[in-house]
Amino acid sequence: MKTNGNHIMIEIRDLTMAFGSFVVMRDISTTIRQAEIFIIMGGSGCGKSTLLRHMIGLKSPAKGDIFYDGESFWRMSDNARQQKLRTFGVLFQSGALWSSMTLEENVGLPLGEYTDLSPAEIRDIARLKLALVGLKGFEEFYPAEISGGMCKRAGLARAMALDPDVLFFDEPSAGLDPISSRNLDELILQLRDSLGATFVVVTHELQSIFAIGDNSVFLDTNTRTMRAQGNPRELLNNSTDPYVREFLTRGEAKQKRTEAEAAAV
Amino acid sequence: MDSQTTKPILTVQRVGEDLLQVGLTGEWIAKAGLPGFDSVEKVFTSGPGPVKAMEFQTTELGRWNSGLIAFVVKCFELCKQHKAEFRAQTLPAGVSALLQLSQAVPEKKDAVRGDEKSPFFEHLGLIVIGLSKGATEMLTFVGESVVSLGKLLRKTAQFRWSDTFLVMQECGPKALGIVALINFLIGMILAFVGAVQLQQFGAAIYTADLVAIATVREMGCIMTGIIMCGRTGAAFAAQLGTMKVNQEIEAFRTFGFSPFEFLVVPRMLALILMMPVLVLFANLISIFGGFVVSTWMLHITPMLYINRTIQSVTLTSFLLGIFKGTYFGVVIALTGCLRGMQCGTNAAAVGLATTSAVVTGITVIIASDGLFAVICNALGI
Repeated sequence: MKTNGNHIMIEIRDLTMAFGSFVVMRDISTTIRQAEIFIIMGGSGCGKSTLLRHMIGLKSPAKGDIFYDGESFWRMSDNARQQKLRTFGVLFQSGALWSSMTLEENVGLPLGEYTDLSPAEIRDIARLKLALVGLKGFEEFYPAEISGGMCKRAGLARAMALDPDVLFFDEPSAGLDPISSRNLDELILQLRDSLGATFVVVTHELQSIFAIGDNSVFLDTNTRTMRAQGNPRELLNNSTDPYVREFLTRGEAKQKRTEAEAAAV
Repeated sequence: MDSQTTKPILTVQRVGEDLLQVGLTGEWIAKAGLPGFDSVEKVFTSGPGPVKAMEFQTTELGRWNSGLIAFVVKCFELCKQHKAEFRAQTLPAGVSALLQLSQAVPEKKDAVRGDEKSPFFEHLGLIVIGLSKGATEMLTFVGESVVSLGKLLRKTAQFRWSDTFLVMQECGPKALGIVALINFLIGMILAFVGAVQLQQFGAAIYTADLVAIATVREMGCIMTGIIMCGRTGAAFAAQLGTMKVNQEIEAFRTFGFSPFEFLVVPRMLALILMMPVLVLFANLISIFGGFVVSTWMLHITPMLYINRTIQSVTLTSFLLGIFKGTYFGVVIALTGCLRGMQCGTNAAAVGLATTSAVVTGITVIIASDGLFAVICNALGI
């Protein structure tokens, strides 16, 4: 596996997330290195996606900040933040393709707005990106005409349109069959190795977590803060926290315990 | 017909001092006619001493489903309440398993939604806060639209003409049918009402003036505004609301695109360009409606009617109507897009956004038309 130095790409510092007075998570601090696949995991509704929304500028933090290349993301000027956003690619849970445009237009729109490429060149690049995610031949289709899995892949093609430095994925494997989900994991690994991009992935799909994760943070609803961080495989082997172990073993740790209790009774 | 179906029968009896025997026979399938739980409760509480245990006789129990389980759960809770022993051994294995499952997670007391009534002043305060928030949002939206239009004039706005043309087609040519129908009828109605009154003075010929002035100054633009609000404003709110539900608007934001310039500007521009044309068309059709009634029913000669119409309509009235129509177009685009962008993230919210867009739009149209009338009167237009 390619290791690309130790350059810290993203740093989250003392981040507190809240909706009004309702605190979702407090005191999240972690660092994400370049070309790393970073997993945000945790139970349903614990604030994984909310953390992602803070990282891509959709929601401002109640406290704390996020640093990209050492620059404060939430204290920079609006213009600078808009510039920064162009170095990101985001894949939303359902793809969030613009429904009034064809797949090619979806991928081509950012290129048209932010580059000096000619329409023909934009077309070529858009077609290339769609081919990369296995959607060759679907360029003229509208999002409503293709399946959910294809929408997700087209969303990935659009997220890669501007050759981003950081790619954010919100539950990439949700709603995909096991094979598509596996293919998506492979694709993420390939992209990381070939483009050297950094990936931030929100997921609770264990197989994905172990297959692609280099680093991770585990968010816990009950304590409303992060409970563990590090390489997910190492967490599985070394974590002493029963709750984290239970999550990473799909509840088997707990089941064994209850079985032992039941046997005792 | 299922001839093997046997009626579910419940027998409850006390055995000895403190044992309650519940006999279950027949098929306990959830549908009308299952024995009620009341008899169990009655026997349970009626005896001389308290019941210490409850057991079931199920040797003649037929098929069962949730109907039986719901009954057993009630028995279980009754036992728990009176601290009696609940003997589940004789129940079918599936029933006791499901019973256990239903009791596995304790009832979450604070999860029950309370319909607490907030005190009057708190309620009032919340309403005021909500109103001021809504007003701020609306003003911000209007401000943003002005900024975007400025950007459009300086040619720095991010938006696509192709989107604008699509919306123009949708709210222009495709709306001609309904605009024509409604305004034709309005013209006819105006002519009828006017003619009946004016004939009393032998002034039926002034029907032409009445129809022409009323249409060109008021009815043409107002009716077109209301039609377009219901037709296009609602569509805008639903489109943008669905885009919000689908995270498409967030996708614009994460690319650093302004959803305002991409979504609101084309819609506003399309209506600004289309409304004057639609109002002009509406005026012509409405006057034609009046013409039909007057020539057919009042026997005014066509030439005379046309002459009177031309004489009565001044350029000022005509331009006033066109201006108001264009203004209503801006109102429709703004309210439709505002409600769409404010939409929550579920299907019901899209419905609310659509309703609210139409209600707000029509209210603003009528209210500002009243305001225009007052201003015109003051200025002598």
